[in-house]
Amino acid sequence: MTEASPKLNRTTWRPLPGVALPYQPRSLWLLAISLIAITALVIATLLTGEFTLSPSGVWQTLTGQQDDSLANLVVLELRLPRILACLLVGLALGLSGAIFQGMARNPLASPDVVGFTTGAATGVLVLLLVEGFAVTASLSVGAMVGGFGTALIVYLLAMRRGVHGQRLILVGIAIGAMLAAINSYLITRAELESAQAARIWMHGSLNGVSWPQVLPLLLWSLILVPAAMALSRRLGLLEFGDDIAAGLGLPVNRSKTQLIVVSITLAAAAISVGGPIGFVALAAPQLARKLAGTGGIALLPSAAVGATLLLAADLLAQRLLAPFQIPVGLLTGALGGAYLLFLLSREWRRVD
Amino acid sequence: MTAPSTSSSHGPSSRLRRSAGLFALVALLALLVLCSIGVGARPISIDIVWRALVAPDGGRDAIIVWQLRMPRTLLGILVGVGLGLSGAMMQALTRNPLAAPGLLGINAGAAFFVVIAISVFGITNFSGYVWFSMAGCAATAALVYRLSGNTGSSVQQVRLILAGAAISACLGAATGIITLYNSQTFDSYRFWVVGSLQNRVPEVAFQVLPIILLGAGMVVALGGRLNALALGDDVGRALGVRITQVRALSMVAITLLCGGSTAAAGPVGFVGLMVPHAVRMIVGPDWRWILPYSVLAGPIVVLASDIVGRIIAPPGELEVGIVTAFVGAPVLLFLVLRKTQASQR
Repeated sequence: MTEASPKLNRTTWRPLPGVALPYQPRSLWLLAISLIAITALVIATLLTGEFTLSPSGVWQTLTGQQDDSLANLVVLELRLPRILACLLVGLALGLSGAIFQGMARNPLASPDVVGFTTGAATGVLVLLLVEGFAVTASLSVGAMVGGFGTALIVYLLAMRRGVHGQRLILVGIAIGAMLAAINSYLITRAELESAQAARIWMHGSLNGVSWPQVLPLLLWSLILVPAAMALSRRLGLLEFGDDIAAGLGLPVNRSKTQLIVVSITLAAAAISVGGPIGFVALAAPQLARKLAGTGGIALLPSAAVGATLLLAADLLAQRLLAPFQIPVGLLTGALGGAYLLFLLSREWRRVD
Repeated sequence: MTAPSTSSSHGPSSRLRRSAGLFALVALLALLVLCSIGVGARPISIDIVWRALVAPDGGRDAIIVWQLRMPRTLLGILVGVGLGLSGAMMQALTRNPLAAPGLLGINAGAAFFVVIAISVFGITNFSGYVWFSMAGCAATAALVYRLSGNTGSSVQQVRLILAGAAISACLGAATGIITLYNSQTFDSYRFWVVGSLQNRVPEVAFQVLPIILLGAGMVVALGGRLNALALGDDVGRALGVRITQVRALSMVAITLLCGGSTAAAGPVGFVGLMVPHAVRMIVGPDWRWILPYSVLAGPIVVLASDIVGRIIAPPGELEVGIVTAFVGAPVLLFLVLRKTQASQR
């Protein structure tokens, strides 16, 4: 189940003497195509829905020349923050999954499979059901505490002279099962009304996302994305395996700890806004790897694919059974679970 | 999983020891049955319970004992038998110690089919959706089994878990979409889905009785032939066992046991995982002993969990599925840690 060692079909751009930026040409193509797809999806999301607007109307609203207050409300206060939330959550999840998979050298390692998402959900549920629905800012604290607590437990249990990928996954599934029991317990303790609300949150949904939720996420992304990029070279070395990476002079355990912290913070930031949206973190890096033709995990393409996937899924979730709004996490769960099955069966056929 | 060891396990002393263990379990189960009838929201002293049992006088306590606690206890026993036996059968069939209804996504399959029954066909009673539950069990079991292959190796054991996790996620999400879209089903569904012996109408216990009995009867009939299966297909065939037939019958038995108990109590997790493991630690790898022990140990786990759930969170109750998950998830963690340690050596 370990990945093939990364191919080095890289080109290097030397803008200044002494500066070398290696890149992979196909990754650039993938980034460009993702950007086009994202633009198209953004336009589609802005233009369609219960309240339809002409393209020129949307343009006027965006540039602040709209007099219709309803159009202003719909575009600026409802659709725009949701689009931005989709982009940022998808990006964070894609990046988080990519870091995780690269580090564990296992395509199945992702924050949702190994139980961090369930743990973050537990943190939020405790806050939701104990404290009531008051403060949205405290939810992200709950997600962070829950996610990191779970991560710490899984990491400590799975650690045995270094973290072994498969062991990490199985331990994560076991811990996730335990947390899932706690989550369903918390939900049955609640009144029907708050149980329903908590359950919708648990499915992962971007309904009714507003600016106060999106802005902290934006802030997190501005800190974490550069941090992830700064660590990407270490990740590349780790993909060769711990021994080779150590032989090449990488401080393996410290690098892993840094990568895990960045990965989980990204996931927790995403969860605190959208709830536990499953499988984007699992699928995006794998799709990016296949599409870009890179041997290893590529961070930027994974982030771009993650954002594209979530935008597409959210558009589908909004319009598929309209006016009923499917929580986007359920849609990604159903599609992603099927994708995971496909991934597994193909991999096993190859092994056999 | 290893083959039955030959030297020590057939000696007269170990047979005596195992029989004695069987009697001890019977005594424990009887004690739990009494507790299950005696313990509840309304405190009834043990002599009044006894009087109500032997000579029901139609009083309030007698009604509680006969109308509420007896059916609930019977249901607990049946669900325990169903889950314990089906877990043991799955582990025998797949030769995989991690095989269990919850982990393989079979609970999710049953839940998905039951939700279809509730929302699409408007079925709300047990006798209606027991068929859907069994169909769901059979379909998912066949799918996971097919996906993960049957090599008995440690790679395959991990595969089974991963395939189960993927199926659980996929069907769980689909179930979620349906229950949200059709919010009427949600309120009844959310209590079914945590796995509970509470709030089931008394008739459910009697309706599920023949299904569990039939399944258990099939397991008894298969009995020793499972030992041949545990040795691998080739050895089994050489020993004169019709492997395909045994496998097909086992699948039917699992469907009856697991589907029946899941329809009655909702998906109660981890019983099918814990019971055969605990039993194997006591009696060793001989299926002729594991199966009768599981028949007793399953109800013991379910009844004990149910009783704990009744008294641990007053004034409310904790559903039995939540209690078994709290106990069972650490067991899973332990098994995983032990397994991966062994495979890393």
